[in-house]
Order: sequence, then C-alpha cells, then structure tokens
Amino acid sequence: MILSETPILKVEHLTVRYGDGCSQCQTHLEKNRCTACGSIWAASDVSLEVYPGEVLGIVGESGSGKSTLMQSLYFDIEPTSGQAFLRDYRGGAQSIWETSSAEKRDIKNCVMGMVYQNPVMGLRMDYSAAANIAEKLIAAGHRDAGKMTGRVTELLDAVEILVSRMGEAPRHFSGGMQQRVQISKALANNPALLLLDEVTTGLDLSVQAKVLDLIRKIKARYGISILLVSHDLAVIRMLADRTIVMLDGRIVESGLTDQILEDPQHAYTQQLVHSLL
Amino acid sequence: MNPNYNFAFLDEGSKREIRRATLKAVAIPGYQVPFGSRELPIGRGWGTGGIQLTLSLIGPDDVLKVIDQGSDESVNAVNIKKFVALCTDVKTTTHTREATLIQTRHRIPEVPMTNDQILVLQVPIPEPLRVVETREELTKRMHAEKDYAPMWLQLYESLIRYGRVTISTEYPCMVEDRYLLNPSPIPRFDTPKLYDAECLYLFGAGREKKIYAIPPHTKVSPLAFDDVPFQRETFPGKRCRLCGSADTYLDEMFDSATGERFYQCSDTSYCQEMRAR
Repeated sequence: MILSETPILKVEHLTVRYGDGCSQCQTHLEKNRCTACGSIWAASDVSLEVYPGEVLGIVGESGSGKSTLMQSLYFDIEPTSGQAFLRDYRGGAQSIWETSSAEKRDIKNCVMGMVYQNPVMGLRMDYSAAANIAEKLIAAGHRDAGKMTGRVTELLDAVEILVSRMGEAPRHFSGGMQQRVQISKALANNPALLLLDEVTTGLDLSVQAKVLDLIRKIKARYGISILLVSHDLAVIRMLADRTIVMLDGRIVESGLTDQILEDPQHAYTQQLVHSLL
Repeated sequence: MNPNYNFAFLDEGSKREIRRATLKAVAIPGYQVPFGSRELPIGRGWGTGGIQLTLSLIGPDDVLKVIDQGSDESVNAVNIKKFVALCTDVKTTTHTREATLIQTRHRIPEVPMTNDQILVLQVPIPEPLRVVETREELTKRMHAEKDYAPMWLQLYESLIRYGRVTISTEYPCMVEDRYLLNPSPIPRFDTPKLYDAECLYLFGAGREKKIYAIPPHTKVSPLAFDDVPFQRETFPGKRCRLCGSADTYLDEMFDSATGERFYQCSDTSYCQEMRAR
C-alpha cells in the first residue's frame, strides 16, 4: 500500500455533541459526559484517513463513538463540527458536511455504500430484494428497467444469492442473507468507499464466516476501500490493514492492525486485547 | 337564485383568495398551492375542492356541466349541479361542447375540450408521493429537491412483482419535467389527454386544502421506464352496447337478471350524442 496516495476519505476533527455544551465541558468530562451541563460528547476531535484499496478497522466498546462516526459519514446524524472530504466528491475540495441535502443524497448513492448492523436500517423490508438494490440504480439516474434488472442479477450473483429469489422481500430472508442483500445494494453504483457497521454482529458463527469471506472477496475483486467498525477483534484481525481504537468518543491509538493487536500501547487497548486472548 | 346567499354561495373575499391560489397554481404548473378550504353545505370528501374552484370561477354567463364517473345523472353530479344552479342561476348542460365550465370526478370527457373551457377536477389525495411517503414534511422536501426516486422504485417493484405497472388510476405524471403530479383518480385511459391540451385543468382538494393546475399546452408525461412504455387501458374486441363505440372508455356491467356481462360508454353524454347521430 502506498500511503502517499490521495486518501479516499479524510475526516478532520469530527465532533458530535448531544446537549448545549458549556465552558467546563473540557475539564469536567466523566467518560464522555460533562458533569457540569450533562452534554454527551459522542465523538471528540476524531481525525482519520482511508487510502485507496485499504481496509481501516475501528474498534472500541459500546458507546465509544464508532457508530457515531459511521452515521455522521452517512449523513444519518449531523456533526457538531469537523469536516470530511471524499476524493470522489469535488476532488476532496469541499467537506461533504457543508453541502446541500440533494448533493448529500448523491454522495450516499454514488460515492459511498453503507451496510448497517441492523438490516431494517438499510433495507425496505417489504419491497423485493431486486427493488432494494435497484433503488440505488434509480437514484443514480438509471431509467431502463431491463438494464437495471441485469445489473441486479450481477450483484446478487456476486453475493451468492440465488437470482430466482430476487422477487422476494428481505423480510423473508435469513439474517445472513439480509446482510448480503445490503452488501450488494451498497455495491450497486461501484462506490469508492464501503462503510461496514458491525455487519457480522448477531449472526451465528458459520454465517459470520461466510459474510467475512464475502467481504474479503469483494475487497480483492473490486479494490474498494472499506471503513469497518467492529467490537470483534477477530473480525478486525481478519480484515483490517490498519486499525483505530476508540474510547469515550476519542481515538486513543492507531496503527497497523498487527501492531495494535500484538503490541498495544494504550492501557485500554491492552485490556481489550488481553480480554480477547 | 336564493336571495339569502351571495352569488355563488361563497363571499367575495373567499372567492378572491381561492382565485389567487388558482393563479399561483397556473403560474407554477403541477405545484400544489395551499389554500384556506371553506366550509360548504356538503361534507369534505364529496368534491368540496372542486366545488370551491367552480364557485370562485363561475360568472352569470357561464354554462356548467358536472359529471361523476363519466355520468351527468349520478347523485353526486346532480346535487352539485343543483347547488351551484341554486346560488347562481347559471345555465347547466350535459353537452361537453356547450359547457364553459365542467366539474368532474374520475373522468375527462371523450369530446376533446377547447381553449375556452375549464375542467375542474375533484381530488381526494393531491400528493402523488403519499403512497411512498406518509409524512407531509418529507414529501414537500422531495418536491423541492425533485427527489422522485421512491416513486420510480414503486414502478420498478410493480414490474418485478407483476411484470407490468399495475397502477390503474392516479397515474403519476411529470409536469414540464419539474413537478410530479397526481392527476386525481382519472383512469390511465385519460392520462394522455393532459398532454399539450387546449383547455385549462384545475385540481381542487377540499379536505387536503390544495389547488394545482395544468395550463393549456403543458408537457405532462406519465412516469415510464425507457424500455417499458406507458400504456392506456384497451378494450380489445369490446364495444359499447348502446352506441357501438369501440374507442371510448368502457364500463363493465352485469345484467342482474341474466348474469350477462356487457360494456357501456362511461361518458353518458357522449354515448347519447353518438346514438342521436
């Protein structure tokens, strides 16, 4: 990997605060909550870069700000401050958080793909699997039904779902299949960046293995960059090139995955790695 | 004329407010203009949007025709006609060519309308996006951003499930490539009559308090995929049993005594004219 390349994604000083904040917030934080005013600092000064073809893992316990970061990037929540630049949006010249809602929609549909932990967030459960995937194609301006169905067939094939089931609603699919529909939907417009938020959580081990295997294949086949959030160190070890450790909304450690897992520096990371092994 | 009421029932201020909303609707074809829907001696949901348009526009020299499901003689049509006649003394007619103002529910007359005629349509649900989004706040935003992807998705889902678009009435149309419009519940058969028409179409929704318009010679295109063209209903091999027409919108009926199925023009006045010829 050549890190001198232009990053696909660059996040600078992302802060997400719930509550008004006060002058004592910086000095009176208990975990990520201000004892003076009660504001929650879900993410504080988070900066990171994702390079082409790289998988960046983010680990941390529940409430550490992992999903806050992901949801900010996918415009599900509005950051309090900070900037994010995508190589494929105006060449990284303008922060994706400082643009119109129509442009944000285009970014979501064409430059990024998201897979949520809970498939209900990412899929229309009562529409067919085919329509779920075609939604992205329609949003990108496709208006030829036959061609769209052709592309849907390709995508379902890539995630190993029988094309004969494309007319069925994801509601009737197993959890693993729902995740795979989400993944094919996320890939529909060949985005440069894939956001994976705890994609294997809640799946049984053999299905987990299948989904992880699929993600590895996709990475190899499409050379797509992936931002991968997980609290499961085994998933991180298997997929991530570099890893960031978050605690109480802050990045406490970052580096090559092997380095983080074999030689953790921060007390929290040490505890995390220790608890796994 | 009943001397206890103002001409055309509504007070002059109310009529002026409704006409002002109507002018705005004409100026922005397809855009739903809010207006202060008045109380009438008829329950909402019985054509009060259309009646308010009719009352605000009608003058002593106008000739009024009212149809319901194509018929001049149904209860709703007869009562609306009586009511307007009672408070205006205008002439009423069943002949499309004689009328200057036609109020309708469900049909556009078979006889092509001219540029000195206005067709007022009663609208139950003005919002074409209501079927895909229940929240008014969001449908307004979708119109503002011209985000009609969910409607296209609905069409695609229909193709996947049934192999064709199954919408029978209220077929969503793009007006001048800008606003998506719900053409009241007219059948697909009548939808092409909206395109580049000679007459002015006005749509009034009393309960939902919206007015919208299609001015003469406006581009009104039904949503259709490039490879799946829009089609109106056809009645292959069927004819009106009364006048013999094969090119009109036919109602399917059953003889209650014999159980025999037969077809008849939905536009009763047109059917009578054909028979008189």
